[in-house]
Amino acid sequence: MNFFSHMGRYSCLLKKVFSKPEKFSIYYRRTIKEIDNLGINSIGIVAIISLFMGAVITIQTAYNTENPFLPDYLIGLTARDTLLLEFSSTIVCLILAGKVGSNIASEIGTMRVTEQIDALEVMGVNSASFLILPKVIGFVFIIPFLVVISMFIGIVGGMLAGSISNTISVHDYVYGIQYAFMPFYVIYALIKSLFFAFIITTVSSYSGYFVSGGALEVGKASTRAVVNSSVLILLFDLLLTQFLLG
Amino acid sequence: MIELRNISKAFAEKQVLKDVSATFEQGKVNLIIGQSGSGKTVLLKSIVGLHDIDNGDIVYDNRIFSEMNFKAKKNIRKEIGMLFQGGALFDSVTIEENVMFPLDLFTNMQFDEKIERVNFCLNRVNLENVNKLFPSELSGGMQKRAAIARAIALNPKYLFCDEPNSGLDPKTAIVIDDLIKEITQEYNITTIINTHDMNSVIRIGDKIVFIFQGVKSWEGDRKEIFNTNNQELNNFVFANEFIKKMKP
Ligand SMILES: Nc1ncnc2c1ncn2[C@@H]1O[C@H](COP(=O)(O)OP(=O)(O)O)[C@@H](O)[C@H]1O
Ligand SMILES: [Mg+2]
Repeated sequence: MNFFSHMGRYSCLLKKVFSKPEKFSIYYRRTIKEIDNLGINSIGIVAIISLFMGAVITIQTAYNTENPFLPDYLIGLTARDTLLLEFSSTIVCLILAGKVGSNIASEIGTMRVTEQIDALEVMGVNSASFLILPKVIGFVFIIPFLVVISMFIGIVGGMLAGSISNTISVHDYVYGIQYAFMPFYVIYALIKSLFFAFIITTVSSYSGYFVSGGALEVGKASTRAVVNSSVLILLFDLLLTQFLLG
Repeated sequence: MIELRNISKAFAEKQVLKDVSATFEQGKVNLIIGQSGSGKTVLLKSIVGLHDIDNGDIVYDNRIFSEMNFKAKKNIRKEIGMLFQGGALFDSVTIEENVMFPLDLFTNMQFDEKIERVNFCLNRVNLENVNKLFPSELSGGMQKRAAIARAIALNPKYLFCDEPNSGLDPKTAIVIDDLIKEITQEYNITTIINTHDMNSVIRIGDKIVFIFQGVKSWEGDRKEIFNTNNQELNNFVFANEFIKKMKP
């Protein structure tokens, strides 16, 4: 299949996903479950990578700016902007594309090859909407929280690393992260993350939904989900950055 | 009664079903038999609308299913129970929730009523104390039975089973076959079963349709099947040494 037939099938799938839900209460419950499964369960990994990356960014910035003419607080400022602009949205979403994307593709793919999707369809359920919509809504809803958590923990990580390694004092760091603060950077990151969450959930669902074969194909679909959503995230990062900051 | 009128189905270039016509009667166990790859699953999935057919009509008690829109089809789907080859239980929820699923979707029953119905269905298939277990915690035969319980939850008028005893030991296979036959007669259901198992044919086949390479090659009952001149059917039926000895 070529690019255009994939795009066509992807659009048809989205149309099915966003048709009117049949029984609202069931969808509501499933969405809550997905928020927990895709979002709350990802807090741990987001916290860990943010803590360490915040620390590393701070130490690297300090190392690169060892110059008596540059004030120390610039380290805090640089760490903050790196986290806000790129790390906590794009890089965190790339990592979540690995975790959440493979999870979604393998779950839906397994349901396809074991005929669970057929079972839903026979009962008259719109399986695309039933399985995918709660994931899209749940993850798009929770992603801003994950991004904000990442920003906060990343900045704390930088502060801890700076003071423990004696490269920058807490006082200078705190001054730096407040210096010339642009609230729009946070908005920008949150907007990006919404797009990324949509990409991760829909692209991975697409990949799982159209699996045919067996366990081997489910594995391949899962890999494809991660690769495709990562590439699309990078592409949209560029487009959105040009559009929002350019 | 379900009627198939000249249905055909192809995937891309591959013609899988060719001009198949047949009728399946109410209160009887109707079997579709044939070799692996002959098109049984595609036929069954076409009848329930999981595959769109290219030509012909599928008629459920004088209602032409193949011409209906999605909404009208949905009304018929409420009357359909289906047992898939691997059971196709939803593996992220418990057996109880699996059986309750169609009730959640299509009825406005109170929770207590639903539980009562679930327990009734599980009882009917002789499953006890499995309500809170997950499908993966059940044996193959128990999974099949749970899937039957889910299929009959809404009191279906039509029951479809794709190779209900594949992957089961001979004794469990008989239990499943008998269960389907009992349920069919008890509730006067139009049941269609795909199988390649001659034991099932002998034991429960009220009406038999033989599919050979996508074409309906023979139909009749289980007495007639041993006295046919149809060469392909003979090859199929008497492939097994033991059954060969029964040849009149
Ligand atoms: N979704 C599909 N796409 C393409 N070919 C299919 C599809 N489903 C089944 N087939 C083909 O149709 C033929 C009949 O398959 P099937 O109905 O599964 O046989 P069986 O009688 O064993 O159930 C096989 O050759 C299979 O390759
Ligand atoms: Mg089959």
